[in-house]
Amino acid sequence: MSRPERELPERSADDKRAFKRELTEVVPHLRAFARGLCGRPDMADDLVQEALLKAWAAQDRFEPGTSMRAWTFVILRNAYLTDMRRNRFRGEYDETAAERILTAPAGQEEPIHLSDMHRALLTLPPERREALLLVGAGGFSYEEAANICGCAVGTIKSRVGRARAALTSMIEDGDIPDRAIGDPAAHRAILEELDEVAAGRGLAVPTK
Amino acid sequence: MDRKRRPDWTSGLKQLYDQVVEEPLPDAFKDLLSKLDDGKQ
Repeated sequence: MSRPERELPERSADDKRAFKRELTEVVPHLRAFARGLCGRPDMADDLVQEALLKAWAAQDRFEPGTSMRAWTFVILRNAYLTDMRRNRFRGEYDETAAERILTAPAGQEEPIHLSDMHRALLTLPPERREALLLVGAGGFSYEEAANICGCAVGTIKSRVGRARAALTSMIEDGDIPDRAIGDPAAHRAILEELDEVAAGRGLAVPTK
Repeated sequence: MDRKRRPDWTSGLKQLYDQVVEEPLPDAFKDLLSKLDDGKQ
């Protein structure tokens, strides 16, 4: 995370306690976002721990009164993209675990077929998936999501629109490709897309 | 966050998200957070 240096106010002990409290409160949200991004609970939790340490180290850059969730999501997202670019997850891809996660809710009665939803979500290109996660699942506004991803609001709207259309089509047609499950070519394609996202949008700006 | 204006298409996504949010926090996180408390990180 390279950001321009600026004058930072001295933080009081109360500020630090407040930071810790807020950071603790967003952990479940970080876990949910990370799970949506990378699919695997164990990887997701590793990522969240990494993000928490980075957030703690960078706490002087957090502006009290702004959204801790948005601020930490930027950190988490950057950690995810960096890890993907370093191949951290590539050699560890676990087909069995992926299969278990992607099919976990099968057999349960779920009116909206959450297992299908999750599987379909994981097949989306990463930049659309994260846009959908932020706006649709996380409840961020388009503006907040754009700040988190370091791109224009119109870009986020476009990604969400395309992602929604793809998701709806896959679920309605019952045609969810297995590209996230043990198909090496598909997995490679996902990683290549991630590289593009990482290369093109590594300059996420701090959120308000 | 503006929950009031959230459209219906998000309900499935929100459920997936909330499932994780509502999970008990693993001990690893409690340990990590307590270390941060001690100023060790």
